[in-house]
Amino acid sequence: MAQMNLLQAINNALDTVMAENDRAVCFGEDVGHFGGVFRATSGLQEKYGKSRCFNTPLVEQGVIGFANGLAAQGSTPIAEIQFADYIFPAFDQIVNESAKFRYRSGNEFDVGKLTIRTPYGGGIAGGLYHSQSPEAYFAHTPGLKVVVPRNPYQAKGLLLASIRDDNPVVFFEPKRLYRASVGEVPEEDYQLPLGKAEVVQQGSDITLLAWGAQMEIVEKAAELAAADGISCEIIDLRTILPWDVETVANSVTKTGRFVVSQEAPLTAGFASEIAATIQQECFLHLEAPIARVCGMDTPYPLALEKEYVADHLKIYEAIKNSMTY
Amino acid sequence: MNTDIYNESPVVHQPAFIDGHSVEIPILKILKQDGSIYENAIMPEIDRELATKTYKTLAFHRVLDERMVAAQRQGRISFYMAALGEEAASVGGAAGLKDQDMIMAQYREQGALMFRGFSLENFMNQMFSNEQDLGKGRQMPIHYGSNELNYMTISSPLGTQIPQAAGYAYGQKMQGLDAVTICYFGEGAASEGDFHAGLNMAAVHQSPVIFFCRNNGYAISTPSDEQYVGNGIASRGVGYGMKTLRIDGNDILAVIAAVQLAREYAVKEGKPVLIEAMSYRLGAHSTSDDPSGYRTREEEAKWQEHDPILRMKNWMLAQGWWDEVQETALFEKLRDEVLAAVKVSEKIDKPPVEDLITDVYDQAPPLLQGQLEQLKVHIKKYPDAYPFTAGRIK
Repeated sequence: MAQMNLLQAINNALDTVMAENDRAVCFGEDVGHFGGVFRATSGLQEKYGKSRCFNTPLVEQGVIGFANGLAAQGSTPIAEIQFADYIFPAFDQIVNESAKFRYRSGNEFDVGKLTIRTPYGGGIAGGLYHSQSPEAYFAHTPGLKVVVPRNPYQAKGLLLASIRDDNPVVFFEPKRLYRASVGEVPEEDYQLPLGKAEVVQQGSDITLLAWGAQMEIVEKAAELAAADGISCEIIDLRTILPWDVETVANSVTKTGRFVVSQEAPLTAGFASEIAATIQQECFLHLEAPIARVCGMDTPYPLALEKEYVADHLKIYEAIKNSMTY
Repeated sequence: MNTDIYNESPVVHQPAFIDGHSVEIPILKILKQDGSIYENAIMPEIDRELATKTYKTLAFHRVLDERMVAAQRQGRISFYMAALGEEAASVGGAAGLKDQDMIMAQYREQGALMFRGFSLENFMNQMFSNEQDLGKGRQMPIHYGSNELNYMTISSPLGTQIPQAAGYAYGQKMQGLDAVTICYFGEGAASEGDFHAGLNMAAVHQSPVIFFCRNNGYAISTPSDEQYVGNGIASRGVGYGMKTLRIDGNDILAVIAAVQLAREYAVKEGKPVLIEAMSYRLGAHSTSDDPSGYRTREEEAKWQEHDPILRMKNWMLAQGWWDEVQETALFEKLRDEVLAAVKVSEKIDKPPVEDLITDVYDQAPPLLQGQLEQLKVHIKKYPDAYPFTAGRIK
């Protein structure tokens, strides 16, 4: 075991894959010698050469189009989009191409070896265009897997699983935690399962669900609630698509109360999809309405970021409201 | 950082534009319409066997297109796209390649797939979306694909195959294969962002791709002079620092020569090439289109005189490699075969309901399996409303 921050864990996973698979290729804007603007690909070009880790021109649709072709050819492309806010020029390549490649060809061709890494999320004074959490757009697209880790251990295990999974994966990295989140990470190879949520804290009164950087916020709210004698069960969804209905439904069936929290705006966010499904699965067990604690329905602000975000106090309030409903 | 442009450009001291049309681009012509060869023309590598195969493929293409447009008019299939008048671009492209080369087409290049040997049954089963379609009945007619024949399944969104070809070819080169990727698109699709992304990616990363633009004058109803004002699409290859060639797209020998040259260069140098083939879409964009609304009969008649298949036939006759008896027999046989194949394929069952959820992922996730089970229960409840599948649900 070693102490790693989330970036080091990502870098370690990429190193692991590039060492074992000589057809694994990392590329994106500034990914080469510089190692990416966040340094996630640091040292990889020196180690594996310019043909396997390189800068691309500044064209996101080109990056993902190129990656789709490489994956269809049988290579293992790991493409970086510098910020999730800038993934939209590549939206067509992801939604109409990556996601549908296998289905539309009747499995004659696929891009299962494709992984797209991209930093997402707020809390870094990044304003509109360095803070967004666009996971719901991709969750609406059958054929993609969407994965979000919450800490360095999860990041390495989930990224290795994503790269080796035989489906295209969009891997959202919580950039606020890149250096802030430090933990024990095994040096050796390991994988964590996709499509499986994780119960990170057992509890009996209420279920709290989140993913990525929002997990930390939810845990903080649960501590406040614990001081009031409320026992929270906390779940990390980990994979947004396809999501683990069973683990969440089992927990809510047990607790009877449910708060789901996301960084992204409220309307049509993935929390809404979860709320609808859990309402159907657990209707007779619910003691209170399902609460969604989310960003507001505005573009991501700058000066008023603190007010905008779904912070621990808003979640704490939602927990208390649910308990006293 | 490379400072060549700053340090080595010729210097002027009065502001002056260079003209947007200052790059002169010649057009390669080898074969005249009467079947004779231009003086000093350099012939492609083509023997009697390759020529005969190429000509028979062109004939098959023409017959299949005629018959399937008719089948659409009769309501037997929903949609069709003919390549009337520009068959040489796709057939000649495949004839200039090797079988291991990947073909990433736009949608009007069925000729390349015919050349590779995709069977008449395979074409039919795709168009009738039946359970023997390789694509499992998921895409509209003409969206063919075959892993075995290195022909990437067609995708309707325009231009998406262009950056993909850059990536595909990069992978071929990384593996050290004797293989390239040819990427077809029209002059209309060359306005898409993916065109510019793809050409630049291929040029910068040195992918062995042959970008093959079929400039057929129209994007549905929009004429090419409303699509761009530069010197065609070829001038853009120059802009991306790429070897570029413009050819007569109705001249099968020019197509084969250009693709052979491009292939040799792409493999040897590991770099991309752009070919712009000038042609004309004699038919409608698709069976849903009517060109009489946007162009004249006179214009079409002028291009009838450049028929690429007749041009090749004239050459074959002049070579003594073909005669009118063979011609009549071939077309009769092809028409009979196509008609017979229609009658077989249209009777084959639609795909089973289970195919709704396969291939979305490598394995259907639980949520999707649940949706299929719910659907089956529903179909059993209202079998008359779902006649293709109701009787086959276990």
